[in-house]
Amino acid sequence: MTQTVMELTPSRVATESAVYRPLISLKSVGKVFRNGTEALRRISLDIPSHPQFVSLLGPSGCGKSTLLRIISGLDTCSSGSVEWPTSMHDVQARPLEQVGFVFQEPTLQPWSTVFDNVYLPMRLKGQRRKDAHDRVMEVLKLVHLDGFANNYPRQLSGGMKMRVSVARALVMKPKLLLMDEPFAALDEITRLQLNNDLLELWQAQGLTVIFVTHSIYESVYLSDRIVVIGARPGRIVADIPIDAPYPRSEEFRTSSVYNEHCRHVSAQLKAAMGRPGESSP
Amino acid sequence: MSDEMLEVGVNVPDDMSPPPSRTFQSSAEKWLAFAAPYLFGLFFLGGWEAIVRIEQIPVYLLPGPLLILHTLITDFAILLPNLIVTLRTTLLAFLAAAFGGLLLGLLFTFSRWVERTLFPYAVILQVTPIVAIAPLIIIWVNNTQIALLICAWIVAFFPIVSNTAVGLNSTDRNLIDLYRLYGASKVQTLFLLKLPSALPYYLAGLRISGGLALIGAVVAEFVAGTGGTQSGLAYRILESGYRLEIPRMFAALLLISLTGITIFVCLSLLSNFLLRNWHESAAGE
Repeated sequence: MTQTVMELTPSRVATESAVYRPLISLKSVGKVFRNGTEALRRISLDIPSHPQFVSLLGPSGCGKSTLLRIISGLDTCSSGSVEWPTSMHDVQARPLEQVGFVFQEPTLQPWSTVFDNVYLPMRLKGQRRKDAHDRVMEVLKLVHLDGFANNYPRQLSGGMKMRVSVARALVMKPKLLLMDEPFAALDEITRLQLNNDLLELWQAQGLTVIFVTHSIYESVYLSDRIVVIGARPGRIVADIPIDAPYPRSEEFRTSSVYNEHCRHVSAQLKAAMGRPGESSP
Repeated sequence: MSDEMLEVGVNVPDDMSPPPSRTFQSSAEKWLAFAAPYLFGLFFLGGWEAIVRIEQIPVYLLPGPLLILHTLITDFAILLPNLIVTLRTTLLAFLAAAFGGLLLGLLFTFSRWVERTLFPYAVILQVTPIVAIAPLIIIWVNNTQIALLICAWIVAFFPIVSNTAVGLNSTDRNLIDLYRLYGASKVQTLFLLKLPSALPYYLAGLRISGGLALIGAVVAEFVAGTGGTQSGLAYRILESGYRLEIPRMFAALLLISLTGITIFVCLSLLSNFLLRNWHESAAGE
């Protein structure tokens, strides 16, 4: 059982074949807010350049969203560094096109159609609407919204708005997709459906996904690696591989393997929460 | 997936419809709900006409609505030039406020210093009654037409500035982050994000200012009291009052009200047209 599982996991296949050169390398990243709160302490994390689905799991207020913002370049770290060893950009420059960001809310422009919302990143890069048409329709098809290009956001359900948001993040063909609790506000049925669609997308597109969540069940179902973050200050308390094969389905969700993983992650999280940072204020 | 798609078109959130106790159930009730304001108006006007006739109130005290309507039609040739003058002052002041307010609102969001320096004076200008400063402005400015314009502009200006400033500042933070992430220029962020975000607020400001510009123009005309060919409806009201031509006075008043209503309706239509696809304020139109 375990043997076959390992062979099918993408992370195993790639780490053994290529020279290890991570997509992003966080080196002892720390963040202290202006009011003196220490949000993150000595976060060191390598995100490999082969497709990986990494979840950042932790209680609310543990700094996992801050960490995501630092990775995206929207925020800066107070100490340490974020490096992009495979990037053509120099270390200081923000790796613009390489990152897609999906916010907690759909964050769509209500005055723009679905098409124009997805076209936005290309428009900001100076691409003409006509030239962008094919690419926009392609990503809309990926999120199963190709029939809704001319609809306005207010005509869509919450789940569909989130799909538009994902399509917009994918339109520039990023290597890295950052997602900040994207499905937290959705109902469970929609969320499960979007989880499955996201996995499908991730496998087909060869992306690396960093997925922030506070749901143990969601992170185990989606990820092949879970980074557990403890609170006050935010720090990495466990880095857990989820060695279960993809594609994952409803069957996996009810399997004993899944339950075993959930129990393990849960125990790590609990241990982390019961042991706050020694010198925290 | 397909379950979600079915929701398209039935997207009216539950909280959009009035609470159950306040909905009008039967079709008769619905008709009544539609007709109620009109019925009240008819009742009011009918009562007015009846009292004037039964009590035989002289026309120089209170003319009946039918007489006022009749005067409006027969005296329309006299009133029209006044209407045009008032309307011109109102529209010019409104346009100046619409553009000036937008520009100053933009300036406020670009520079905190400009906002800190100028905003208190915009407030002072707004809270000082226009009746009190109109005489000064009319004394200081030689050209009466321009003086009237300035008065109307002062009244109409503030709602647009403050609404524009609020609108520009209430842009979705996440969308601003998204623009930053894709390296958008300041110009792109302004035209593609901030101005569209501010549009509903700006239009709300326009709707308030349209009526205020008319009020400002009429108040200033009252204070100026100019006669001759360049006089507006307010002057006609004053003059009719002196001559005890009360029906004409009421007709002029009616014309001012109709003008105000027309301005409001036009601006509401413009607002609903521009926001028809995306904003809750234009929902269900």
